[in-house]
Amino acid sequence: MPSALPLADPAPLDGALPPSVVPGSDERALGVYLHVPFCRVRCGYCDFNTYTADELRGAKRSDFAGQAADEVAQAARVLADAGLPRREAATVFFGGGTPTLLPADDLVHMLEAVRRRIGIQSGAEITTEANPDSVDLAYLQRLAEAGFTRVSFGMQSAVPSVLATLDRTHDPARVPLVVAWAREAGLNVSLDLIYGTPGETLDDWRRSVEHAIAQEPDHVSAYALIVEDGTKMARQIRSGALPMPDDDLQADMYELVDDLLSEAGYAWYEVSNWARADASGEPDPAHRSRHNLSYWTGADWWGVGPGSHSHVGGVRWWNARHPAAYAERIARGESPAVGRETLDDETRRIERILLEIRIRDGLSTSTLTSEGRTAVAGLLADGLVEPAKALRGTLVLTRRGRLLADDVVRRIT
Amino acid sequence: MGDFSDMSPRASSALQPAATPPGAIRNFCIIAHIDHGKSTLADRMLQMTGVVSDRDMRAQYLDRMDIERERGITIKSQAVRMPWQVGGDTFALNMIDTPGHVDFSYEVSRSLAACEGAILLVDAAQGIEAQTLANLYLALENDLEIIPVLNKIDLPAADPDKYARELAQLIGGDPDDVLRVSGKTGMGVEDLLDRVVERIPAPVGDPDAAARAMIFDSVYDAYRGVVTYVRMIDGKLNPRERIQMMSSRATHEILEIGVSSPEPTPSKGLGIGEVGYLITGVKDVRQSKVGDTVTTASKPATEALSGYTDPLPMVFSGVYPIDASDYPDLREALDKLKLSDAALQYEPETSVALGFGFRCGFLGLLHLEIVTERLSREFDLDLITTAPSVPYDVTTEDRKTVTVTNPSEYPTGRIEKVVEPIVNASILAPKDYVGAIMELCQSRRGTMQSMEYLGEDRVELKYTLPLGEIVFDFFDQLKSNTKGYASLDYEPAGQGEADLVKVDILLQGETVDAFSAIVHRDKAYAYGTLMAERLRKLIPRQQFEVPIQAAIGARIIARETIRAMRKDVLAKCYGGDITRKRKLLEKQKEGKKRMKMVGRVEVPQEAFIAALSGDVETKKDK
Repeated sequence: MPSALPLADPAPLDGALPPSVVPGSDERALGVYLHVPFCRVRCGYCDFNTYTADELRGAKRSDFAGQAADEVAQAARVLADAGLPRREAATVFFGGGTPTLLPADDLVHMLEAVRRRIGIQSGAEITTEANPDSVDLAYLQRLAEAGFTRVSFGMQSAVPSVLATLDRTHDPARVPLVVAWAREAGLNVSLDLIYGTPGETLDDWRRSVEHAIAQEPDHVSAYALIVEDGTKMARQIRSGALPMPDDDLQADMYELVDDLLSEAGYAWYEVSNWARADASGEPDPAHRSRHNLSYWTGADWWGVGPGSHSHVGGVRWWNARHPAAYAERIARGESPAVGRETLDDETRRIERILLEIRIRDGLSTSTLTSEGRTAVAGLLADGLVEPAKALRGTLVLTRRGRLLADDVVRRIT
Repeated sequence: MGDFSDMSPRASSALQPAATPPGAIRNFCIIAHIDHGKSTLADRMLQMTGVVSDRDMRAQYLDRMDIERERGITIKSQAVRMPWQVGGDTFALNMIDTPGHVDFSYEVSRSLAACEGAILLVDAAQGIEAQTLANLYLALENDLEIIPVLNKIDLPAADPDKYARELAQLIGGDPDDVLRVSGKTGMGVEDLLDRVVERIPAPVGDPDAAARAMIFDSVYDAYRGVVTYVRMIDGKLNPRERIQMMSSRATHEILEIGVSSPEPTPSKGLGIGEVGYLITGVKDVRQSKVGDTVTTASKPATEALSGYTDPLPMVFSGVYPIDASDYPDLREALDKLKLSDAALQYEPETSVALGFGFRCGFLGLLHLEIVTERLSREFDLDLITTAPSVPYDVTTEDRKTVTVTNPSEYPTGRIEKVVEPIVNASILAPKDYVGAIMELCQSRRGTMQSMEYLGEDRVELKYTLPLGEIVFDFFDQLKSNTKGYASLDYEPAGQGEADLVKVDILLQGETVDAFSAIVHRDKAYAYGTLMAERLRKLIPRQQFEVPIQAAIGARIIARETIRAMRKDVLAKCYGGDITRKRKLLEKQKEGKKRMKMVGRVEVPQEAFIAALSGDVETKKDK
């Protein structure tokens, strides 16, 4: 389980938002996330809210696009009723699960619902996650025609034994193919990688990173494998069938991927994310994931679909996790939310710190208490933040600092 | 539970205290091992003599404290007066309950000194145990008449013939004289009461001499203050009389005098040979010490009864609250416990690793365990105790000798000699375990004194051992090496010189006081490596490398290194992760508050606790 759900307040059946969400909203972008909770098989390491055909308890994949479209309509109504100004979506992101397990027309149907009910800015970033073995050229072209701008492929590794440990079923040879098709369709391309898989060596990892770079993606995400409680992999590690990933090796791997990507012309803009750099060596804003940045900069986003989290002006809520439970609520015309929390000023400040410290744009020291500002001296002494930027009032993590970001947060909060 | 009233020849009328001729009094105690059924037998006697009605009968009436009842052991003794009729004559039987454990051997000896006889009670399925032997020895030293009894004969596993032979062999006499009873069913208990009257001598004393009474127990009662249990030797004590404690010359007025039957029942006084209680309004058991002689202030006796000593702590340990803010509560709790526990000693102590706490002196390991358990149970305190230590006499080069009860007070510089307390230990076990026991004792620097067969298959091994070796998990080891069959008893046997050193444990160069230990030189390396390794496993990685060293003085004897932590970051933090991430941070911050700082090293309190409790080797190395 990723989360025993946090203690929270009940969510109103109509999803209504309090007036407190309005102040400052004209300065906050709005993003829409759509969670497609389906996978063909469940990977051993994965604890996401996703379901194979056997686990759907009567919910149907074919009904999903319609239900999501209904929630989008609800969203538009709730946002308007709260007195918020009309804001078109700056970003739309389809995640999962495996969104591309649905027919392209279903994704387009959902996107059209967003366009019709909420509106989409011109030049908006519209992304879908995809499995290398679940798309072809026609599929990608259909998405591009409908307005999608970006696709993020779950490549994870180029090494067959590592993919096997992860239960990933795609053929690594397919990655160059799907990347070429995405390019042909006119989409920006991001590749997702995982490092620190049990049994993976530093050389295995180097091969995967080099293989990813050879595809010349616009963007790379590299995540240290987290062994989540309740997953098959956690059981395999407990029983001794797999070794526990080693923190030091993961640190070496992080340093390696950062080195290789930097040499290849990419720059980090968040702890686990790199974008193609511009001439000055800075990550090109056009290639960063604007949608994901909205999570780290306190923007508003509406999460559609089972288990999705939303955040609007300091109110956060989350939907029923199971597709069947979600479908029932949508069918009754109710909000699918099952819990919410209203963040007070101090909590919002703490969240700002723990999110903004992760990004290259950094965290303003004005966010800190005087105690926190004093602790910055220690961060400098330990080489965790960029000195020149810290002296100008912005905390930007060094590479060592990025690896110890959680410790940095504990020290300044 | 059955109705025993039909089978009970209860006395038609009880004799009145202060007016009972000594010839009609029998004072006895029951010597038994834990769980050999002493309390059940005592209950049955209370019921058969009619002092507790069947309706009020509550299992193990005499053991009042929760801990005692749960552990099935008796910590505090009491005395009960029971009427009994034999051949038309009425008698007053005083049953004095004795503590069953070696830690309280002084209290045991005083209880025995209050009696003329003892019931030696042995489980008919298990045979005699080491502690019982020790108390039997004390009883014989006090010239008590011994009535051997096998209990639990109703059990399927009982082998009374075998153990009757064992008892007869031990104390002399005929196996047929060993009584067979069942405290549970009541079988044989009447005969036992008759036997008490028949065999145990009546007390003798001088009714005209100045009053002398021996205190054999002193109990603090929240409502009544200290209740002092006495055995009258000479003369008489009366209500409202002023009494004097002969050790301190302090005088008090008797507010109430009486006997327990088993509820306190005021009387017109206590005459020679009688057993009863006094209440004077004092609030601290230290003003009414076990072994002291009570006399009257108006006509004081000139000579105190023999055998009085101050209890001497033999085991010392630091006791610390896990939550530092509980320190004032711990102090208050100790102050309160002291009122009912004359042997408990303590003084404030500070530790780098554990904060503020108290250095406490105990009679032995069980006493330590009972006190810490009472502190946590009755006062709701979470505590950690440091490894137990014993008093060492350390002579430095300049010929000065200091007594060290805390390793942190160990003198620096050249040490001329170290003297440690030695005990005589007696271990009883089935013969199959002799090899394992000898190996354990040898590894603890024991010297064998004798080995004797008791009955057919059980052996008594006698060793001299350093007390310091016994207090360090010896009993646990003994139990686990003998599948729980061995029993242990020990008594102080003076001191011995030994090649002892102090081993310090250093974290990044700073001594962590709670882990310093005084050990034999041959074991210093093993202790040092063990603790260094434990701490390496328990202390979370820091941003810098942390060396853990074990040292004797300036000489490093072991080293472990906690490598620097390089990665501490959640790889993914997207929309659905934020709440969880924030809650985790709050939890970590809460945990950080409870970290102890040793220099720059942050150590969770739990790590120190786990390292001290030794609960590490079984855990996986993460």
